[in-house]
Amino acid sequence: MGGMKDVTNAIETRGLVKRFGKTTALAGVDLAARTGSVLGLLGPNGAGKTTAVRILATLLRPDDGEARVCGYDVVRDAHRVRQLIGLTGQYASVDEGLSGTNNLIMIGRLLGLSRSDAKTRAADLLERFELTDAAGRPAKTYSGGMRRRLDLAASLVGRPRVLYLDEPTTGLDPHSRNEVWGMIRQLVSDGTTVLLTTQYLEEADQLAHDIAVIDHGSVIATGTPEELKASAGRQVLEVTPASRADLSAVADLLEQLIGATPAIAVESGQVSVQVEPGSSLPHIVHAFEDRSIELAEFALRRASLDEVFLSLTGHRAEEETPAEAEESTKAGKAAAATPARELDGSAR
Amino acid sequence: MTTATFAAPAPVPALARRPSLASAVANSFTLAWRSVLKIKTNPEDLFGLLLQPIMYLILFTYVFGGAIAGSTHKYLQQSLPGILVLSVVFATLGTGMMLSQDISTGVFDRFRALPIVRWAPLAGAILGDLVRYVISIGVSLGFGVILGFRFQTSALAAVMGCLLLMAFAFAMCWIWAMLGVLVKSAQGVQLYGFLLMFPLVFGSDILTKTNTMPGWLQAFAKVNPVSYLADAERALLTGGPAATAVERSLLWAIGIFVVFAPIAVAAYRRRTT
Repeated sequence: MGGMKDVTNAIETRGLVKRFGKTTALAGVDLAARTGSVLGLLGPNGAGKTTAVRILATLLRPDDGEARVCGYDVVRDAHRVRQLIGLTGQYASVDEGLSGTNNLIMIGRLLGLSRSDAKTRAADLLERFELTDAAGRPAKTYSGGMRRRLDLAASLVGRPRVLYLDEPTTGLDPHSRNEVWGMIRQLVSDGTTVLLTTQYLEEADQLAHDIAVIDHGSVIATGTPEELKASAGRQVLEVTPASRADLSAVADLLEQLIGATPAIAVESGQVSVQVEPGSSLPHIVHAFEDRSIELAEFALRRASLDEVFLSLTGHRAEEETPAEAEESTKAGKAAAATPARELDGSAR
Repeated sequence: MTTATFAAPAPVPALARRPSLASAVANSFTLAWRSVLKIKTNPEDLFGLLLQPIMYLILFTYVFGGAIAGSTHKYLQQSLPGILVLSVVFATLGTGMMLSQDISTGVFDRFRALPIVRWAPLAGAILGDLVRYVISIGVSLGFGVILGFRFQTSALAAVMGCLLLMAFAFAMCWIWAMLGVLVKSAQGVQLYGFLLMFPLVFGSDILTKTNTMPGWLQAFAKVNPVSYLADAERALLTGGPAATAVERSLLWAIGIFVVFAPIAVAAYRRRTT
């Protein structure tokens, strides 16, 4: 057990600063991920998430501040840090010209496994990620979901203590996304510490023990998903009329009673509006009865992370800021985020 | 997904502060294995490597042979060493294209986040390319013999000829390695590569004698390293005085290596920090 320091925070950064020319990507970021937990780094495209991960993965040097992984400084002890981490995401990719098997064997060999151990490890991982049938095919023939799974498998060859997942589900269909989530949960239950960056609030809500909300290179809020939702202080009233014909009548009435403009979700036939704690719900119910509007559902819930994010940053999670657009072009990734986010996913 | 566990992270043995030299060498060979594997699994690359020398031999021998030397057989004896040089020099572009592709696709970032020495991917790409040169030399000589080329010297001289080619190709590949690190796309490397390589390869005496060329071109062809190399190969494979040409082409190879290898390594270090 000798080499590793006993630390409570597997990942820790203090005052991390990184500039690219005139753009400040990180403006003094403090992060901490407890050993064995998932830290969700939540922020819009270009908020600085990827820059933070690249520094923690020893791919970039910070201009100021420090970052430690399992107690080791990422600049001074880069080689040790590299022995502890696994990296997967938008930039670290697999070799498209090699088969799935050979990609994993190569990494195993680079990590010092013997030829036969590397083969066994590759076969194991391919089976676990359901890639056995495609194992012999070049990775360039894989679908997006398969490639992402291979990418994740590649980052696990060395059984990392700390795993960086940079937007692991961006662009995946819901089925593949659920699979990736399942794998992440599995890894964490096995003791791996995970740093997960995401612009999907639902993903952070589902997976992260702690969340750091980052915007324009600064951490603007930290806490558990529950704490963040509670700190926003507001609640959301959701009303579903029995008949869709009443949707606009419901919205009008709610606006009149509460004084805020409700959102109408036409497909789900639901009207939702933010209410201050302590609002008189019976009063609202009565108002519906008086007008003979029959309700199928009337529910009060805590604000979703998306709503929290909106109130913290003043903009929606997937809006791109100009600095972000610059950075994303630099990183060569597809600039536009896929519209895969489902706001009400947690209600399912 | 199966529900089997991924196995907990292995207990960490004492972590090394730096990679050892032994592991650095092993890693370079692993990455060389990778680039050889890519030749095998990429049909275009493999075809290019195998068919290019064959195509050059057929075209040059039958198109120019009669006109330049009076008979195709006579021309083949004179041109095969040159075509050998041409094929191998073209094959040196591979290193640069692969480096550039690795950097732009993010494969490099994966390598850099692994606990391996920084120069292993560069060394691996270049080691792997030596295999390309062997293939290229083998195909050119083999097909040349099928077309009627005959060695007129000793086996030792022929082996020396092949080693000289390898040495020259090894030196040349550093130019493309430098480009590969500096230029953003593999296509860019190819474009610049051909712009540099065409005058070098064709402004020489590899295909025809230089005495009908205009003076300035003769002057260029005379000092062109490719001419020296072709002369050396001709002497080593078909006879004639070899010493001067061998010495000059070796000097050129050393010169190219001494200039471009440090630049390539410096550019590579900058790119990977």
